[in-house]
This record gives sequence, C-alpha cells and structure tokens, in this order.
Amino acid sequence: MTQIVFYVFATVLVLSAGMVVSARNPVHSVLFLILAFFNAAGLFLIAGAEFLAMILVIVYVGAVAVLFLFVVMMLDVRFTRMREGLQRYAPFGAAVGGVLFAELALAFGHWRIAQNIADVPHLVPAPGRTNTAALGDVLYTHYVFPFEACGIVLLVAMIGAIVLTLRERPMGRRQNIDRQHERTAAESVEMMALPLGQGVAELGGFRRPDKSYYVASVPGSYGVTADAVPQAAPAGDDRKGGLGQ
Amino acid sequence: MAHFFLHTLIGQVILTVLEALAVLVPLLLGVAYLTLAERKVMAAMQLRKGPNVNGPFGLLQAFADAIKMITKETVIPSGANRVLFLFAPFLTFSLAMVAWAVIPTNNGWAVANINVGILYLLAISSLGVYGILIAGWASNSKYAFLGGLRSAAQMVSYEVSIGLVIVSVLLAVGSLNLNDIVLAQRHVWFCLPMFPMFIVFFISALAETNRAPFDLPEGESELVAGFFVEYSALAFGLFFLGEYANMFLMSGMVSILFLGGWLPPVGIAPFTWIPGPLWLIAKILFCLFVFIWVRATFPRYRYDQLMRLGWKVFLPFSLVWMVLTAGFLLATGLLPQGGAS
Repeated sequence: MTQIVFYVFATVLVLSAGMVVSARNPVHSVLFLILAFFNAAGLFLIAGAEFLAMILVIVYVGAVAVLFLFVVMMLDVRFTRMREGLQRYAPFGAAVGGVLFAELALAFGHWRIAQNIADVPHLVPAPGRTNTAALGDVLYTHYVFPFEACGIVLLVAMIGAIVLTLRERPMGRRQNIDRQHERTAAESVEMMALPLGQGVAELGGFRRPDKSYYVASVPGSYGVTADAVPQAAPAGDDRKGGLGQ
Repeated sequence: MAHFFLHTLIGQVILTVLEALAVLVPLLLGVAYLTLAERKVMAAMQLRKGPNVNGPFGLLQAFADAIKMITKETVIPSGANRVLFLFAPFLTFSLAMVAWAVIPTNNGWAVANINVGILYLLAISSLGVYGILIAGWASNSKYAFLGGLRSAAQMVSYEVSIGLVIVSVLLAVGSLNLNDIVLAQRHVWFCLPMFPMFIVFFISALAETNRAPFDLPEGESELVAGFFVEYSALAFGLFFLGEYANMFLMSGMVSILFLGGWLPPVGIAPFTWIPGPLWLIAKILFCLFVFIWVRATFPRYRYDQLMRLGWKVFLPFSLVWMVLTAGFLLATGLLPQGGAS
C-alpha cells in the first residue's frame, strides 16, 4: 500500500517537475511547481517526517510560491520572443544542466550513511519522542550555531532586499498616523462669521484656512520639504482664495 | 465481525468516508444558515427585517439562494483561461473542507488526530490565497486581477502574525497536537492569560478570511466585486460557500486555541452535563456572531492602513509577546516538557 502511494507521489512529482520547465505559459509553470512541492510533501509524509512535510507546504507553497506567482502573473511575456531566445540560450542551459546532473550523479554514487550513527548519543531521539520534538532537541542544542547562522544569512538577505527597493522619493501623500491622532478640532476646523444672506460667493467661492497648505500639511508628505515651506501668511491677510492660489 | 471488518482496507475507507460526512454535512448546513444568519443579524442591527418571505422567519431563504445559484447559467469570459477559471472556485471550496479533518470536536474525536495538527491548519489556510490569486488571473479582467493581488499581499502579511500568535500558544502547550492544545486549557482558557494575542488572532482571522473591515479584495466601491467579478452561477456559489466555510474554520481555530475547544468554562456539574461538541459549536457560533457584528459596525480599511496594521503593529507586538511568553514560562518553570507521543 505504502509503495503504491509512494510511486503515485513520485510519478506526479517527476511529471510536474518536467512540466515546470516545458510549460509554455510561465503561470502554468509556477502552478506545476506548486504541485511538485505538494508531492514532495507527500513523500515526506510517507517517510514519517510530518513536520518537514508541513513546513514545506507552509514555507514554500504558502509563502514563497505565492510571491513567485505574484511576480510571474504581472510579467508581460511575449511567447514568440521567448522561443527566439530558446535557440540562443539552449546550449548554455544544457551545459549548466549537464554539470549539475554530473555533480548530483557523483554525489549520489558515493553516498554512504555513517555506520556508527546509532553510537552518536544526541542523534538518537529519546524513546516516545515525536519527531518534531526530536528535531527541536538537536536543532537548539548541538546545532544551535549553524541554526543561528542560517537565521543571520536570511536576515542579511532580507535587509539587502529592503535596501535595494527602499527609495526616499516622496510617493504621493502619506498619512502620518501619530500626527493625525494629535489633531484637534481647533486646528482642523475653522469657524467663520459670515455676513447673513451673502454666503461666500463674494469671497471667491471658498475660504482658505489661515495657514497655508504647506504649514498645515505633514512634513515628509508629497512635495513638502523642510526648505520649501513658505512663511505662514501674515495675520490679517486678505482671505480671498481660489483654486489657482 | 463488524470489528474485524473495520480493520480491513475497505472497512477503513468506508469508516473514513462516514467520518468525513459526519463533519462536512453539518458544516455545509451551517454554512447555508450562516448566510441567512448574517443577513438577519445585520438587518436587526440596522433596524430592518432581513429575509422573511420564504418559509417561517425566512428560514428557507438559504435553499432558495442555493437553487438560484445552481440553476443559473455559468458564464465564462471569452478571454479567460478556462481550466484555471473553473479550477479556482473548486480549490477554494475544497481547501475550506479538508481543513476540518484535524479539528477535534471532543476528546479524541477528530477524523485525523495527527501530531502536527496546528501546522496542518496553518498550511491549509495559507493555501487559501491560491484560489483567489488564480481566479483573479484567470478571469483576464483588471478588477479581478487587482482584487487577486490585494488578497495575496493581505493574506501573506497577516499569516505572519497568525504564525507568531500560534507559536506563543504552542509554547504554553508543548505540543502541536490540537487535542493536546485543548486539554492544556483545562484550568484556564488561553484567552485570559493571552488576551492581547486573542485579539490579534481574531483580527488577523478577519483579514485572513477577507471579511469586513478587511474585505479589500472584493471592495465593491473600488473593484466592483474584486476577484470574483467575472464569476456566475455555481462557480460563484462555490466561492461563496468557501468564504463562509473559511469563517467557520477560523472560528473553530479561535475556539480551539483560545476558548478551550470542547471544554466547558468550569469543570463542575451543571456545565459538564452539556456534551463537548455542543460547547465547541456554541463557541464557534459566538465567534461567527462577532464576525457579523464587526461587519455591521466598522467601515472598510484603506489598503495602506491595512498593511500598516499588519506589519507595523501586529507583527512587532506578537513578536514581543512571544518572547515575553517564553521568558515568563522559563522564569516560572512552567515551560511544558512536551513532545511525548
């Protein structure tokens, strides 16, 4: 029974891995990649590594592949141009693939499991321990430095990605939440005494606030820099305003 | 004889199918009536009557809607990717169903009582984004595509804080098994000592299920109906069912992680007379009521506010709380030495 399930998962895994590179539409490729991840998770389950299976689905399928799909969906791919490229890059691709395949074959040809693995005390899980707990036992004790090093490598990659994409260019008006919470009715709304029956028509349609836009707006929002802020209009300035001003 | 039969392969298959039906049939009925309950509750909150024509108190409205969905024509846009267009609603619906395999409804009553149950739930709920993303792309429509992209960003963001909240609960339990998580709350439900995490988890669950006030993927005022704008008839109905089944699932997760699952509030006589599954159902219904209450109360968030809340408020807060939980448990010697199967 287990063997049948194994071969089903393994077959679908290999076929979908093939489809990843041969599908013409890149979105289909990513979806086949996800199917391949799933079947790999199924193989982990058969091997009894349920923690690895779930982590594979959560990390790769639930997060990494979503962002893959996110990017690939937004690419504007011209299928005919892609095939032109195929002619040019096929030899390079084949060479790289061949080297990788040779290395894998070498590695697997000389693969041996250490004979004395049962003698290494920390690698033998305590009886009755679930394999999730057993993994934690060695990961946070004997292998804590490699584990932390992995974390730091990921942190560096994360900071690198942020540094590459962060631009100090003002991108539209931003909301400064703290500034907004500090606002009171007194500085947001201005009550005016208008002559009865005349309205604001003679005053130019609407009235500008006492302070100009630059003074009232949040520093750092679009087009407002520290040196570009003009002086506040002097008190008693004529209150005629218009859209043009 | 019957006992022997249950241990054969066919017996096991039949047993599993029956167990699945025992969970899914009540779930689907619940989903049908949740749509009605939502309309009724919101109507009551807005001083309206809600559906009241079909059957007594409008109780047949759910079935009228279902029949309408099934008998309508399925329209597939000419520019759409047919296979993926029809695959997306099935994916959304079936993911909302398969997650129920691990939910324990009483001590040891789960279709699959697996050791990594909470990770399984996290994995399944993180897959929910694919149905929406694929639907948005396969529809070949700008509104649908924008809705899909919004949803992807939103769900990935809030999953991070959901994950950290779950980690702090697991620290206090010492096991990834959902059954153990509930049993660890015998003395006190986690919603009391971890009240802030309870709130963070609930709000993240709202965002994860694309419910108001975080229903930006389908924001009517901007995107018509978002990712399912091109869907009609049964395909639309499957999205609809999937969304409501996801609400049930998230309510179930809240109940199991923070409200003590099937456990009564205190383990003394009048409370223990009520069987466990009824307690779980009552807690799920309470959470669902809050879901609807929130929808009737709060206006929709703006997209940048949503992202700010997820990354700049919830993520640091749940991270700090996780470290605090670990430190507290270590300092007081309460850290559970779990891991035994």
